[in-house]
Amino acid sequence: MKRSGVDLLVGLFVLLGFAALVFLAMRAGNMSSAVGLGPTYEASAEFDNIGGLKPRAAVRSAGVVVGRVASIRFDDESYRAEVVLALDNRYKFPKDSSLKILTSGLLGEQYIGMEPGGDTEMLAAGDKITLTQSAVVLENLIGQFLYGKAGEAAK
Amino acid sequence: MSRALLMPLRWLADFVVSVGQGARFFLRLCWLGVAALRRPRLVIDQIHFIGNYSLSIILVSGLLIGFVLGLQGFYTLRRYGSEEALGLLVTLSLVRELGPVVTALLFAGRAGTSLTAEVGLMKAGEQLDAMEMMAVDPVSRVLAPRFLAAVICMPLLAALFSALGVLGGYLVGVEMIGVDAGAFWSQMQDGVDWLDDVGNGVIKSVVFGFTVAFVALFVGYNAQATPEGVARATTTTVVAASLAILGLDFILTALMFSTD
Repeated sequence: MKRSGVDLLVGLFVLLGFAALVFLAMRAGNMSSAVGLGPTYEASAEFDNIGGLKPRAAVRSAGVVVGRVASIRFDDESYRAEVVLALDNRYKFPKDSSLKILTSGLLGEQYIGMEPGGDTEMLAAGDKITLTQSAVVLENLIGQFLYGKAGEAAK
Repeated sequence: MSRALLMPLRWLADFVVSVGQGARFFLRLCWLGVAALRRPRLVIDQIHFIGNYSLSIILVSGLLIGFVLGLQGFYTLRRYGSEEALGLLVTLSLVRELGPVVTALLFAGRAGTSLTAEVGLMKAGEQLDAMEMMAVDPVSRVLAPRFLAAVICMPLLAALFSALGVLGGYLVGVEMIGVDAGAFWSQMQDGVDWLDDVGNGVIKSVVFGFTVAFVALFVGYNAQATPEGVARATTTTVVAASLAILGLDFILTALMFSTD
């Protein structure tokens, strides 16, 4: 085969391979959403129990992704989990906004739901969000249910 | 009596020697493979021979594996009422395991054997000796470009395999069975991490590329210079490369995905 013919085929092969990689990262993976988040500012919050929350989980407000969980750490002074959030610079939230750990679907990934409060001052970088609600732990829920049932039966 | 006792020792010593030879050969190939970049013509010819000719088998296998994963995944997930997770299941299985591993096995069968046979026949035909007579190092002239080309081709082929597999899963799951297309893609994007899953898959395929190329060339270069020797070497390449791939896959998986 002629020189340029081989080069063309090899070039096509290499381009196809890289196209497949980009497809896997952008379309099948979450690279587009990881890159799509613009510059961020950080705020932290403490939770009693984060359940199965993982770093890079989404922070949603009204269902829209407004940030990601940057890091999770155990604070051995308060014995609570300290979660650092990276929030998109485009979005500002009142200082008294509250956080909830929610689950997408019945068995889906856990994410943080953010509900804006009524304060006129906005969250700034490094602020701490105090109003938090823990993840629902299924075992506790079942325990409460059984306890309630036993209470009804005793009446 | 003493000879029978010494046999295992002799065998062990031979084994250690061949491990040492292999390690030296591997380092030499890596070093000369980098040096082969100065002669890109040779490398491009080998990429054409190794990569382009493997393309058809990799693409068709990827698509078929995607079909099967789509079907089997659907049957199993339907029991739990979570057919929407089909895209996630297909993609994770492909980018983490099946893509790199099956591609490497096919690659060992398709390209590894031809490398071994080619090098073995060159040795049997005394071409390698002739090169040495002309003060041309056969390892840097013949083996190194093939090594580099195989290492370059393997991750590209594995990525193509996985991508075609995802498309195959999509065709069966969404187009044929009727899983919701939006859920198929969004669950996939939610659960597949581009660095932890796709990136580690690429690392795996690079490691397998090194493995297959090294085994094929080492076995070919050390083949007995007879027709039977070349035939035996070709078989050895497939067996040794496949076992090495599967063993390494276990170790790599344990290292990569154990933390969470």
